[in-house]
Amino acid sequence: MAKKEQDLQQVVEDALAEQKVPHVKFKGIDPRNIDVDRLTKPSKETRQERWGKGLTFLAIILIGVLIVAIIGFVGMHGLATFIDNKVNVFHFLFSTDWNPGAGKNHVGAAAMIVTSFAVTLLAAIIATPFSIAVALFMTEYVSGKRVQILQSFMELLVGIPSVVYGFIGLMVVVPAVRAVFGGTGFGILTATLILFVMVLPTITSLTVDAFKAIPKELRKSSAALGATKWQTIYHVVLRAARSRIMTAIIFGMARAFGEALAVQMAIGNAVLMPYNLVSPAATLTSQLTSQMGNTVMGTLPNNALWSLALLLLIMSLVFNFLVHLIGKKG
Amino acid sequence: MENWQDQKSYIKTFTEDECAISTQDLSVFYGGTVQKLFNVSLGFKKNTITALIGASGSGKSTFLRSLNRMNDRVARVDGSIMFHSLDVNQSKINVYELRKAIGMVFQKPNPFPKSIRENITYALKANGHRNKKKLDQIVEESLKAAALWDEVKDKLDQSALALSGGQQQRLCIARAIALKPEILLLDEPASALDPVSTAKLEDTLKQLRKKYTMVMVTHNMQQASRISEYTAFFHLGHALEYDTTTNIFTNPQGEITEKYIQGSFG
Amino acid sequence: MNAKKTNRIAAGVIYFLVGIVILLLIGIIGNILITGVPHLSWHFLSSESSSFKAGGGIRDQLFNSLYLLLLTLLISLPIALGAAIYLAEYAPDNWFTQLIRTTIEILSSLPSIVVGLFGYLLFVVQFGLGFSILAGALALTFFNLPTLTSNIEEAIKGVPQTQREAGWALGLSNWKTIRGIVLPAALPGIITGVILSAGRVFGEAAALIYTAGQSGSTVDYSNWNIFSPTSFLNIMRPAETLAVHIWKVNTEGIIPDVNVVSAGTSALLVIVVIIFNFGARALGNWIYKRLTAAKIK
Ligand SMILES: Nc1ncnc2c1ncn2[C@@H]1O[C@H](COP(=O)(O)OP(=O)(O)OP(=O)(O)O)[C@@H](O)[C@H]1O
Ligand SMILES: [Mg+2]
Repeated sequence: MAKKEQDLQQVVEDALAEQKVPHVKFKGIDPRNIDVDRLTKPSKETRQERWGKGLTFLAIILIGVLIVAIIGFVGMHGLATFIDNKVNVFHFLFSTDWNPGAGKNHVGAAAMIVTSFAVTLLAAIIATPFSIAVALFMTEYVSGKRVQILQSFMELLVGIPSVVYGFIGLMVVVPAVRAVFGGTGFGILTATLILFVMVLPTITSLTVDAFKAIPKELRKSSAALGATKWQTIYHVVLRAARSRIMTAIIFGMARAFGEALAVQMAIGNAVLMPYNLVSPAATLTSQLTSQMGNTVMGTLPNNALWSLALLLLIMSLVFNFLVHLIGKKG
Repeated sequence: MENWQDQKSYIKTFTEDECAISTQDLSVFYGGTVQKLFNVSLGFKKNTITALIGASGSGKSTFLRSLNRMNDRVARVDGSIMFHSLDVNQSKINVYELRKAIGMVFQKPNPFPKSIRENITYALKANGHRNKKKLDQIVEESLKAAALWDEVKDKLDQSALALSGGQQQRLCIARAIALKPEILLLDEPASALDPVSTAKLEDTLKQLRKKYTMVMVTHNMQQASRISEYTAFFHLGHALEYDTTTNIFTNPQGEITEKYIQGSFG
Repeated sequence: MNAKKTNRIAAGVIYFLVGIVILLLIGIIGNILITGVPHLSWHFLSSESSSFKAGGGIRDQLFNSLYLLLLTLLISLPIALGAAIYLAEYAPDNWFTQLIRTTIEILSSLPSIVVGLFGYLLFVVQFGLGFSILAGALALTFFNLPTLTSNIEEAIKGVPQTQREAGWALGLSNWKTIRGIVLPAALPGIITGVILSAGRVFGEAAALIYTAGQSGSTVDYSNWNIFSPTSFLNIMRPAETLAVHIWKVNTEGIIPDVNVVSAGTSALLVIVVIIFNFGARALGNWIYKRLTAAKIK
């Protein structure tokens, strides 16, 4: 031990001798005399700091003002239907009579509300098993290159503009639905199938994150107890990720609920209570998209549309709230 | 583990004139509530190297980082820090000026992803130094003082990240002394370095001692004994013993200190 | 049924579902490219669109999309950068910061049609801008801000704390440290984030229908006077983008070659998104290598 240390010392000294550590004399960088006064006075840095903090805070405030303005403006116009035009809120929510041009007793949005929820729920229900399967595949069954490829494909799927999905819907899904079920091919089923593809990557990537967040040890200890892969997945992985999977699904539903153009292109845009999945219908977003340009600002038909927008906004807040609620509990 | 209160403790004191910096009852509360440093009162003599030793988690870094107010954002620091007869642990103190007067070198070398030259001139330029010739001179002298000049003089405009760990650490020292501080705080500056780089670094520090007051955290007892005049022993957030390095290593007053030192040398 | 058998069946089901998804992916992207790419001729890209005849191109829409993207980034980048810096570097851990984060989350999950309608209300109607590039760019800014802010915040947070401490220990102000040290180190991540958000902006249509409008005015590409109504640079003229064009020709259904125009435009959009997606990472990595490479010059 001592011998070894001496050897090491020798090595070090040899190396030092060889590299000739310079023994410099230095003058220009002698410690300066500290001006104690400066320690108590604000300096350039103090001002910089105030500037930087102020400037960046301004940006934050701007975003805050923006969201307040959005909620305020949409809220104001959306409520005008009920305040100025005296439409009954319950009538609005539960009546299926949508013909705002005909007066305040014909502003019933129930058909659109039901359709919006229908496409959203159906899309989420179809997408969830696929998403969980893909996420399990990417985290539990394969690794390396194949995961990366699948991941970039998923990212690409998120990146495809919604009008392109709408167009594919028109080209592929509408004729297919028409061929199988008859009718026009437009309707809830078509919209659902398109939304399914659109929310698939959203739910999948959040579910992948959820699975990845589960410690490896949990899986190992389960496997050590003799559990099969599926038992481990079922009893450990899925259970531990339960609340985050819920969150993923809600994010997917939020995306589906708010999607406008792809749905509007595929659903047929007839404000009717849907009695089956292949008849033309209309969602809140599709009605807004197709009608906002056809009404005059300040009239009842226009205000009624803003009420639909307000409903969308409120649902978006509700989805947000649900995510937080689950996050707190889980 | 023994109770620290059972140990006889001896804290060496200096007169205020002798000290470059000293603390009175310094306590640190992380997040404002979790106390990790307890009433530490230590003075550091001018133009000496003082080593801070102690087990991992004993509060050495916490103490060191309080001296130049690096803990401001994460912790509440109570007590006073006397520097030029001024308590610098007050909110009215200009921490930027304070940090220019009290330089710091960290455990992991952290050069900026800029050229070697810019690493040294960046802060100088921010302070308004514009004279190119003067800057070049400071670059050369501080690199010489950090015993790095010969190795890098031909590649001052290359990225500092291309240097070895030991070279990076010496660059960080050069960067700190380029601001001409009075005091250098070093937090395990050699822990990431190989023996040769360590020896060079120690050689550098020994030379700098003539001009600077240095406080250095180290886990390496040999290193402490090689280059420091004074040593303070930290234990669970308390400064248990503070004396000349010789006394601490050969004749520790307390049992815990003795055990720690024996354990570390053995 | 025993555990082994269940295990095999489960694996089978998972592989089956994954197989369907992969087929779907390939089918969708293949379909867009195969039906669209053959129509991407120079003529298609460089001629004006037609409002009722077949054979129109997408020159103006392409320019408008790029111009709107540029303006949107010009407006949203400084704001997002500021907000991201505040959140990553200054924000104390308190209820106010929490509120701001929630706000940004809400903004990011707002349906883009709602954002577009808000833009319509505020800029087109209230401020009297009319359907215009400016109104469109502002609506897209709202749409872009939350994503861009969190992308940039991530990039900034990725810079090691030791770099900040190095700056502080030299007596630099926090702001100087951020500007001179943290931001350059975060640049690769910031650029990746900006390009990824640009891809989203480029394909967005719902926020534009009622802000930038659904029709183009006649555009003169030799008129550099930005105040002239016919100038291609005029920000007060209405402007239809590629994505809006696809939507419009399909919902109006007037031109006889709707499918050809839509397929070509869709392919173009998807190709741009692919380029943005892969380009973002590649460029980010390249800049990172440049910044940390052994040789600076
Ligand atoms: N930023 C922080 N927030 C909360 N607690 C901290 C923080 N930094 C350090 N601590 C705690 O303070 C105590 C002292 O840590 P410190 O880093 O000062 O120890 P140290 O003596 O430097 O140890 P080492 O030799 O490992 O560097 C430890 O319990 C540590 O967990
Ligand atoms: Mg430490």
